[in-house]
Amino acid sequence: MSDSTHDDHDTKPTGLKRWLFTTNHKDIGTLYLVTSLIMFFVGGSMAMMIRLELFQPGLQFIDPQFFNSLVTVHALVMVFGAVMPAFVGLANWMIPMMIGAPDMALPRLNNWSFWLLPFAFTLLILTFFLPGGAPAGGWTLYPPLVLQTGDSFPFLVFAVHLLGASSIMGAINIIVTIMNMRAPGMTLMKMPMFVWTWLITAYLLIAVMPVLAGAVTMLLTDRFFGTSFFNAAGGGDPVLFQHVFWFFGHPEVYIMILPSFGVISQIVPAFSRKPLFGFSSMVYATASIAFLSFIVWAHHMFTTGMPIAGQLYFMLGTMLIAIPTGVKIFNWLATMWKGELTFETPMLFAIGFILMFAIGGFSGLMMAIVPVDYQYHDTYFIVAHFHYTLVPGSVFALMGAAYYWLPKWTGYYYNEKIGQWHFWTSAVFVNVLFFPQHFLGLAGMPRRIPDYPTQFADFNMVSSIGGFLFGASQLLFVWAVISSVKGKQKAPAKAWEGAEGLEWTLPSPAPYHSFNTPPKVD
Amino acid sequence: MAHADNSYYIPHGSHWPLTGSIGLFGIMIGASIWLNGSGIGPLVLSIGFAVLLFMIFGWFRLVINESEGGQYNSEVDTSFRMGMGWFIFSEVMFFAAFFGALFYARGIAVPWLGGDSNNFFTNELLWNNFTATWPTNGPDDLGGKFETLGPWGIPALNTAILLTSGITLTIAHHALQKGSRGILSMFLAATFILGFIFMGFQAYEYIHAYQELNLTMESGIYGSTFFLLTGFHGLHVTIGATMLVVIWLRCLRGHFKPDHHFAFEAVAWYWHFVDVVWLFLFIFVYWL
Ligand SMILES: [Cu+2]
Repeated sequence: MSDSTHDDHDTKPTGLKRWLFTTNHKDIGTLYLVTSLIMFFVGGSMAMMIRLELFQPGLQFIDPQFFNSLVTVHALVMVFGAVMPAFVGLANWMIPMMIGAPDMALPRLNNWSFWLLPFAFTLLILTFFLPGGAPAGGWTLYPPLVLQTGDSFPFLVFAVHLLGASSIMGAINIIVTIMNMRAPGMTLMKMPMFVWTWLITAYLLIAVMPVLAGAVTMLLTDRFFGTSFFNAAGGGDPVLFQHVFWFFGHPEVYIMILPSFGVISQIVPAFSRKPLFGFSSMVYATASIAFLSFIVWAHHMFTTGMPIAGQLYFMLGTMLIAIPTGVKIFNWLATMWKGELTFETPMLFAIGFILMFAIGGFSGLMMAIVPVDYQYHDTYFIVAHFHYTLVPGSVFALMGAAYYWLPKWTGYYYNEKIGQWHFWTSAVFVNVLFFPQHFLGLAGMPRRIPDYPTQFADFNMVSSIGGFLFGASQLLFVWAVISSVKGKQKAPAKAWEGAEGLEWTLPSPAPYHSFNTPPKVD
Repeated sequence: MAHADNSYYIPHGSHWPLTGSIGLFGIMIGASIWLNGSGIGPLVLSIGFAVLLFMIFGWFRLVINESEGGQYNSEVDTSFRMGMGWFIFSEVMFFAAFFGALFYARGIAVPWLGGDSNNFFTNELLWNNFTATWPTNGPDDLGGKFETLGPWGIPALNTAILLTSGITLTIAHHALQKGSRGILSMFLAATFILGFIFMGFQAYEYIHAYQELNLTMESGIYGSTFFLLTGFHGLHVTIGATMLVVIWLRCLRGHFKPDHHFAFEAVAWYWHFVDVVWLFLFIFVYWL
């Protein structure tokens, strides 16, 4: 084996083996991105079923147990199947090119971190066909409820283990690539912001995914081996699970948003034709957000009964996060200030992100206030909040990133008209979908319930209509991607006039191995 | 095919990652259906393990051959080192989850069941007569009366054994750097022998706990934290000692150079990590 050729020249293996055994960062990036798009539609179709049932009060289409399974698996699929792999896919494709490296530092590990995912999703989706149905206790897996899951319970736990292992391996690879593979002259403070945000995200992943693995392991032993971690009769405490889970869970939300910040920090300067305003403050803001994310977790648990000192601490700590986040928003606005702005699709998604992520950020601040959170807890207000941060937040950033880098990936521009339609339909319908949910929550509609009193009927119907139309508009994205893959209009190396960075010095499409010898950075 | 240090190295494609995923998938399907009461669970589980072992064997053999063939430049070496360091950090966080559970139970959950903080009525109405103590198996006396293993018998001896193994491993490392191969293989063997002695004592203690002390995983929160913390640690000692054996066999075959021995160092870091975890276990699980 040792004398066979290793592909450090531009040879490309072909056929199925290329995808199964690949060590190439672009191939693996493509696998991640395509998988996440498929999972986006899988999770999206579950969301459509949820909105269909909630279209009118009463139980019309699905039984409550199945509804709860849909809510649970929709969340797991979207978080672990759509958003996280999409960002890892972007990291794979872009980071080596952005830092002047030939590939990721540990290419075979890279292959493994992707090829765990299809098996994990198989375990997860399989649960729908097992006795007792798919997990229905919510994606947060709270005991004792989750311990009542049927035969799917161990499948759920092991799927989480596999997803965690994949994330940890991917994160290790990203950190090592960034720390060890930068071209000479590419100092840390010269790295593109997308690389910076991913470096910090990868650190968060390695720190918290093992904690989630520990938490679900304790669930498994409580269920099958008689331990009492979450059983008060044995001296344990169900609330302990919530602490351990949210020690993972709060950093997890930043794992899904920090790379988005990175993407926006690439797109806004490119279409403002100005360098990013306040680069070093962006770096410090990202690092502070990451640090704070470890010490605020119990803001998810204000209603579980906590000493007043704990509530005050977690309230104030959470509010502090608004400061570095605000720094970022102001830096993006200052980047646009007096720039030569043009509004191609990536820029539209970036501006949409800034406006609508801010809405999600502000509703987050509202929920940080303990006495008010007593009112909001487990209502649709929470659902509206985190969907604003995740859909016009993370997902818009992902869409923007795809439009921004598609010409680099395929060598052809996407159809700009389709891209514009995709943005405007998404931006309008996402608000029709989620904005009324704030009102529903404030009026007291609980989350994870398939039926509701007639007083909530109007806003639910509006929300469902928005949901169906938002879901349908995502098909435009597929159209846009196909238009770029089948491409008519060839893209030059520097596909966008104002784009800066090493990735734009490579031809479009980028060669199979990015840089065979280190580029010069000054 | 040696590589100049200023050009990059990319390994060729490999089926081992996918094979590993298939193995893990088999293990997880097998374990799941076994836990759900299916008779073929153990069979599927064993097949999964066999595939995983085949992968571990094959993948490491490939990498060892590539390394001994001189294909890895210093950049690859650094990548491996960083990767191993971050992997150990992820392991630290895994143990942190269980230590967190232990501290939470001792500092918060059990005192609150006893009426501490603002939980007077919890104790009065739900768990009357329960006084918070440690160790405990909870207000319902789950698993029945039990005794604990004191720190100053075998656990203290095991502490000495692991600390000594850390020293013998360091001596072996210095010998490797100086090129004294005889001392290297002798002290490396001493290290894993000490590791296996440690595991022998742990096994003896577990049997003692189950048969004579009635201390089991079902002994409430004490049994839960005790067995999961020491159990996962024991699993890591077993993995670490096995890796030491592999490194020892490689040393006997003349692998490693005084300035080029990443695998040796990676296993040494892992062993020291396992050692440090044990110190925390000794202090917080057995002693305090
Ligand atoms: Cu949070």
